[in-house]
Amino acid sequence: MSGDAKVARNDSQLPGSQQPASDLQADVKIRQPATRFRGATEEPVWIRYSLIFLTVSFLVFFLFLPLLSVFAEAFRKGVNAYLAAFNDRAALAAIKLTLITAAIAVPLNIVFGLAASWSIAKFEFWGKSFLLTLIDLPFAVSPVISGLIFVLLFGAQGLLGPWLTSQGIQIIFAVPGIVIATIFVTFPFVAREIIPLMHEQGTEEEQAAITLGANGWQTFWYVTLPNVRWALLYGVILCNARAMGEFGAVSVVSGHLRGKTNTLPLHVEILHNEFNFVAAFAVASLLALLGVVTLAAKIYVESRVRSTSTSEDLSSLDH
Amino acid sequence: MSIEVKHLSKTFGSFKALEDVSLRVNDGELVALLGPSGSGKTTLLRIIAGLETPDPNPESEILFHEAHVTASPVGKRGVGFVFQHYALFRHMSVYDNIAFGLRVRPRANRPSRESIRDRVNHLLKLIQLEGFGNRYPSQLSGGQRQRVALARAIAVEPQVLLLDEPFGALDAKVRKGLRDWLRRLHDEIHLTSVLVTHDQEEALEVADRVVVMNKAKIEQVGTPEEVFHQPASQFVMEFLGQVNIFRCRVKAGTASLGTLTFEYPNYQESSEKDAIVYMRPHDLEIKRRQRNEPGLMAKVSRLNPAGAFARVFLHADGVDEIQVELPQDQYRELALSPGDVVYVYPKNARVFVPDFVI
Repeated sequence: MSGDAKVARNDSQLPGSQQPASDLQADVKIRQPATRFRGATEEPVWIRYSLIFLTVSFLVFFLFLPLLSVFAEAFRKGVNAYLAAFNDRAALAAIKLTLITAAIAVPLNIVFGLAASWSIAKFEFWGKSFLLTLIDLPFAVSPVISGLIFVLLFGAQGLLGPWLTSQGIQIIFAVPGIVIATIFVTFPFVAREIIPLMHEQGTEEEQAAITLGANGWQTFWYVTLPNVRWALLYGVILCNARAMGEFGAVSVVSGHLRGKTNTLPLHVEILHNEFNFVAAFAVASLLALLGVVTLAAKIYVESRVRSTSTSEDLSSLDH
Repeated sequence: MSIEVKHLSKTFGSFKALEDVSLRVNDGELVALLGPSGSGKTTLLRIIAGLETPDPNPESEILFHEAHVTASPVGKRGVGFVFQHYALFRHMSVYDNIAFGLRVRPRANRPSRESIRDRVNHLLKLIQLEGFGNRYPSQLSGGQRQRVALARAIAVEPQVLLLDEPFGALDAKVRKGLRDWLRRLHDEIHLTSVLVTHDQEEALEVADRVVVMNKAKIEQVGTPEEVFHQPASQFVMEFLGQVNIFRCRVKAGTASLGTLTFEYPNYQESSEKDAIVYMRPHDLEIKRRQRNEPGLMAKVSRLNPAGAFARVFLHADGVDEIQVELPQDQYRELALSPGDVVYVYPKNARVFVPDFVI
């Protein structure tokens, strides 16, 4: 029913048309039929509105209110109290450790993710689907179990524990353990984003590069990597968010040594357990902020990924 | 630069893609590998390029200009390869795509920035895409993309040009235009070229020689005229162009189909044997009246006058439908209508005796 109204509008917008915009509006209104018929794929109004209401109220109760309360609680005793939470050696150490952990885990996972997706998407080999399943393992296993695995492996009573102790290397209840647990928990993010895209793109461009005389490294650097750059960035953003926010696995291996092996999420928990709510929420607000920034970056990168892939799809239709 | 391959075989799992294939492509020639899908033509092309390796066999050889390249990697063979789906670098401009092969050369023999620019601009002119250098592949039409792919392949001055179904993804009109353009380009630069296609019209029109392939083997190698008019096998006869197929009997040098007889001197034995007669629709004549020589009586069942030739479908006792192509003036003269009884006279026919080795 709105179809012919639209046509009329398009016609009058042809070059040379002198009709003012207000007339167009009137035209549209006149052509609107008195009774509205429901389209085949349209739901009744009450269903649509109750679904929207349900979604919005869910978001309000489970997302906006908690987020607001984090900031409200953090600023309850004023800005000075909020800032004081960060002027504390333990808090600064936690921030530093979180940044260090992410700075090690994210680049390593970029390398791992690229290597894994390159081999899986571009090559045929025995056990490929098994490898693909293994990559998802950290998503399937509870983070606490992931942490426990490393305690069993590197802990004092663990498999490699005695040897590590004899060498004077401490992994569990120390920074290396936290980094290892974080890498484990976050390694699917990059690979998961790139594999489907690489798979879809196939290997023809690489073959073309090789016939043109490019070596393996040039092919990767100039052809393969640029083709997945937005998906890679997207994976990195998610990987980084998780690396900074991971609690379960890190909690098991950390040992909670204040100022030494506490990351931001662990520090929040300690403060909270000590009933130091302002400080707990102040630090938590930092993590919440990270989440917001991640979301914003994610939206931007997602739109880039989509715009590059759809322009490709659309133009391949015409010849 | 000539290309020669000897005794190449290739199996993928249990599928035989190539079986002991040998072929020589002369210097400056444009050869088309023609065959149905799965006939091994693309595999042969990819082995020549070095994108696939043949099954290990001491007799297998790939020679470029009489020099062995069997063991050299793709990048060192000096081949230009054009892919069916263009395989342009999607994130690079047209200019960067064409310049890619020159820019990735080792520093020692990489051309200067200026000479790369000159070369790319020259190629853009050659493919009639001047002023498109800044565009991205996604902003080009299919035909334009394929021309860019061609320019990119010849930018590195390859010794041979290999094209894998280069026009397969394009619509009929663009395909025709690009095909003529490719032929003209080849006449200009005389690059030894091998083209893979499943389109017989394309192969017959563009190539100097056509290699007809079927089931991992080469059926016939010859000029377009040879493979069309003197097909070496039943497969070639059936694959190239329209053909009427009739079962018949052969005995003592003569094959007979109803009242028609054909000479077949290769079979002189007195025992009868099954044979097949092939007649092209344009090799058949239709007469209203019987002539002195024996003709085949048939009834007109369907008429289709649209096209350069008018097509007449006939029905005769003991044979399937007969298709005849008539020049439009003859068709008008005959003024046929369905149900008319006519006489068919073959001007040309070919007899094959299955499983009969001369």
